[in-house]
Amino acid sequence: MAHSAKHQVEKVSHHEPEHGGHDDGHVHVPPLTYYKVFFALMVLLVATYGFALVDLGILNVPIALAIAVSKAVLIILFFMHVKYNTAMVKIFSITGFVFVAIMFALTFADYMTRTWLPNPGH
Amino acid sequence: MSEQVVRVPGESSQAVALEHAAHGHGASPHGASAHGHDEHHGALHHHFEDMAQQRESISLGMWGFLATEVMMFGGLFFVYTLYRWASAVKAHEAGMYDPFFVGSQLLNHPLGLANTFVLLFSSLTMAMAVHYAVDQNRKMLKRMLALTWILGLTFLVVKGIEWRADYYEGIVPYYNWNPIHILSQMHINHPNHFAAGVEHLVNTAHLQMYFVIYFCMTGLHAIHMIIGLGVVGWVYWLAGKGHFEGGNDQPVEILGLYWHFVDIVWVFLFPLLYLIAGHMPKGIGH
Repeated sequence: MAHSAKHQVEKVSHHEPEHGGHDDGHVHVPPLTYYKVFFALMVLLVATYGFALVDLGILNVPIALAIAVSKAVLIILFFMHVKYNTAMVKIFSITGFVFVAIMFALTFADYMTRTWLPNPGH
Repeated sequence: MSEQVVRVPGESSQAVALEHAAHGHGASPHGASAHGHDEHHGALHHHFEDMAQQRESISLGMWGFLATEVMMFGGLFFVYTLYRWASAVKAHEAGMYDPFFVGSQLLNHPLGLANTFVLLFSSLTMAMAVHYAVDQNRKMLKRMLALTWILGLTFLVVKGIEWRADYYEGIVPYYNWNPIHILSQMHINHPNHFAAGVEHLVNTAHLQMYFVIYFCMTGLHAIHMIIGLGVVGWVYWLAGKGHFEGGNDQPVEILGLYWHFVDIVWVFLFPLLYLIAGHMPKGIGH
């Protein structure tokens, strides 16, 4: 029991050694990771504006959304530390978006099918 | 590789005791009773088993709040989606310009792009502030918080400039809605065409709805920025007093979560409000 507890402490060590040797859930992300993420965000920002200048018809909106989602995912995983957090935090972080997706899906199912049936009085 | 292991209460206390023994501090039987034993334990609140559980709980609480924020902005994004879709359908039926396209053309794209860069950069400085809080580097923590604050203020100033220009152009619903003049001067850029004067080619009622949505969404976002600036300023003041040292760095982390969230909202607002692609209505000037 004592051996496995100590083993678990070592397994939780992050990129750099914990100060004090205690596992207290501290997230240590090297600044270089932040810089790389920021660089990726800048590339995506240029892509955002670049794709908007090109007329791709029906593809413009999905591409813009895909780029925005990519930026959001990078910010959530790295700047907000979700990649380095527990599974519970990961679940909580997705929850809001899941409910927004439900709201969009169900409400648009209503709006987009309003012409399918004849409406009394119309 | 760096996944947190879910802990059984009591097991981590054993681990803490083992670490104490390994570092020659002498075995401590229970983590919770070791207040002041170690700088980290001073930050441990009595109702938590250990620091790892405390940190996770605080994160979960903040993410729970952010979920409600996602729902709030999500509702506005839904309104945007519905009106953009519905007004586009109506415009195509009537052979007119898409009102959301016309509206987006009346916004200042360079300023919007600059603001997006400012906020993304402020997320970097905020992430660095959290990093320095963990490292207990007071000087750099304060510096990063100050930078974040200045960038946030820059964003709001630019937004104010944009709104002021919108007011004088007569495209602010309720306060100054007189779009005909600016519409008559518009040149819609399209890859193959150039149209001047679109006031007869766009449904101004739908155009007004676009601007209602624009001001409501950027307005709610700006309110969040103002609140963020207030809290960043307060945290900056507390940091100067050493409040976030001794293992108590997590308040800076959760402020970071809020700040990154507000940034993410803008990351979606910018392309959806500013960068709407548009088409010439059928039958016009081909």
